[in-house]
Amino acid sequence: MADINQIQDEIIEEFGIFDRWMDKYEYLIDLGKKLPLIDRRYKHEENLVPGCQSRVWLHAELTAGKVRFTADSDAIITKGIIALLIRVLSGQPPQQISQADLYFIKEIGLREHLSPTRSNGLVNMVAKIRTTAETLRQCH
Amino acid sequence: MSINLQNPQNSRKIAFDVAQVRKQFPILQRQVNGNPLVYLDNGASAQKPHAVIDCVSRYYREQHANIHRGVHHLSQSATQAYEDARETIGKFINARHAHEVLFTRGTTDSINLVAASFGGKFLNAGDEVIISTMEHHSNIVPWQMICAQRGAALKIIPINAAGELDMDVYQSLLGARTRLVATLHVSNSLGTINPVERIIALAHDRDVPVLLDGAQAVAHMRVDVQALDVDFYAFSGHKLFGPTGVGILYGKEAWLNDMPPYQGGGDMIEKVTFEKTTYNTLPHKFEAGTPNIVGGIGLGAAVDYFTRFDAQEIAAHEQDILHYATARLTAIDGMKIIGTAKNKASVISFLLADTHPFDVGTILDQLGIAVRTGHHCTQPLMDFYRIPGTARASFALYNDRSDVDALAAGVERAASMLL
Repeated sequence: MADINQIQDEIIEEFGIFDRWMDKYEYLIDLGKKLPLIDRRYKHEENLVPGCQSRVWLHAELTAGKVRFTADSDAIITKGIIALLIRVLSGQPPQQISQADLYFIKEIGLREHLSPTRSNGLVNMVAKIRTTAETLRQCH
Repeated sequence: MSINLQNPQNSRKIAFDVAQVRKQFPILQRQVNGNPLVYLDNGASAQKPHAVIDCVSRYYREQHANIHRGVHHLSQSATQAYEDARETIGKFINARHAHEVLFTRGTTDSINLVAASFGGKFLNAGDEVIISTMEHHSNIVPWQMICAQRGAALKIIPINAAGELDMDVYQSLLGARTRLVATLHVSNSLGTINPVERIIALAHDRDVPVLLDGAQAVAHMRVDVQALDVDFYAFSGHKLFGPTGVGILYGKEAWLNDMPPYQGGGDMIEKVTFEKTTYNTLPHKFEAGTPNIVGGIGLGAAVDYFTRFDAQEIAAHEQDILHYATARLTAIDGMKIIGTAKNKASVISFLLADTHPFDVGTILDQLGIAVRTGHHCTQPLMDFYRIPGTARASFALYNDRSDVDALAAGVERAASMLL
């Protein structure tokens, strides 16, 4: 499997072809629609990411030293962003997840989603992914 | 200090012309995401006219010093400007006295002041405070906190599906243990204009005082605290085209005199010894510490600007925008307006089919259109409607029909992308 930065670079290249914001968001919406469904039993309170305007659930499992993430949101653009995060981070070892520099978010022009406002939970989402990975690393 | 205020109704007004008004707000000339800014988030905060920006800038360049204590020229001039602003604001809401107008940090701070000071003194175990389902968290949480401290209870006026208070239940809630009614003048989430005259009259029949949260009212209609006979009236400066971090609590002199200070410190004292401290008179008793001087003076400038126009003309203009926007949005497939009270201010909350308001707001933002999305700090109200939140367009005097056209086109664009 490709490493985190290789996948980030792929995504940056994919987004490079969009010169109109609409195309970029349509792609995100499409990714959101295609995000594999999270198992219903994982959509519980403890898996909710705090501070998001939409509800975001994130579930993580450690198998053979790799973390598998599944997630869902009731906002489709948010779901598209999660799909990208999962593509970059799911299947990676916990230590690399918790140390990853997620530069692709700025590069593809989703930087505004990183601002720590109360309406926006990407910062919290990334934080939750990192702490979950870190917890899994320490438990095993 | 005791300044009796003249009613400002007779002052000369200039004709309201939205094209001229727009030119006075420099931020409206800018672009966002490559599109001309369409600012429809006035319920959260309004933009500032040149008159306010220039006043704030001039104050710092020419006038600044601490107030109420210096004998030197700048201190006296700043004090005069600050107290002039208080007088201007007092006239604006037609307070009887300038010392009934307290400077606070905003509506939230004003309500917390009343909750802590009035509630701390007059609420006892078993007493009740009445609020409503549609309150902003600022008019819920301070009461929950003081009620928990004092062993008092909150009673909630329910609403109907249109977002109007159930006045029959309200009457039945008013009882022997009711100590205060605290409710919205205008709902920030729904736009509902509550029947405040009747709310106050019914409460006063039982000698119960009333606090109105006027945050969403003062920039949209004429508010006359004497005509309303309201006991406390809270609002924010920044929603009234003034600076952030400053607001007003109007309180009837008799209540304010009867209430203990809220915070201790400088300015609010008469004499301090380690054995006993005596307090200053109104309004200073409630204004501990160096205040937001420029905020107060800037708010005075904002009120001067706003009162150049006839409040009725502004209200009529905003009603036109509201009706036009309601018609334009309702024509869009899957549109659901949340809040359909008969008597509404220029606020439209909406949901587009089963899309999340966050998605709609994000797409509108790409088009340069600023709306608010989320629960609008009214979670119990959202629970009542069983929705996570809404997208909300809230209009001000500088909005016109072209803003509504942009909004409608933007929502249609969002629909084509999301549905």
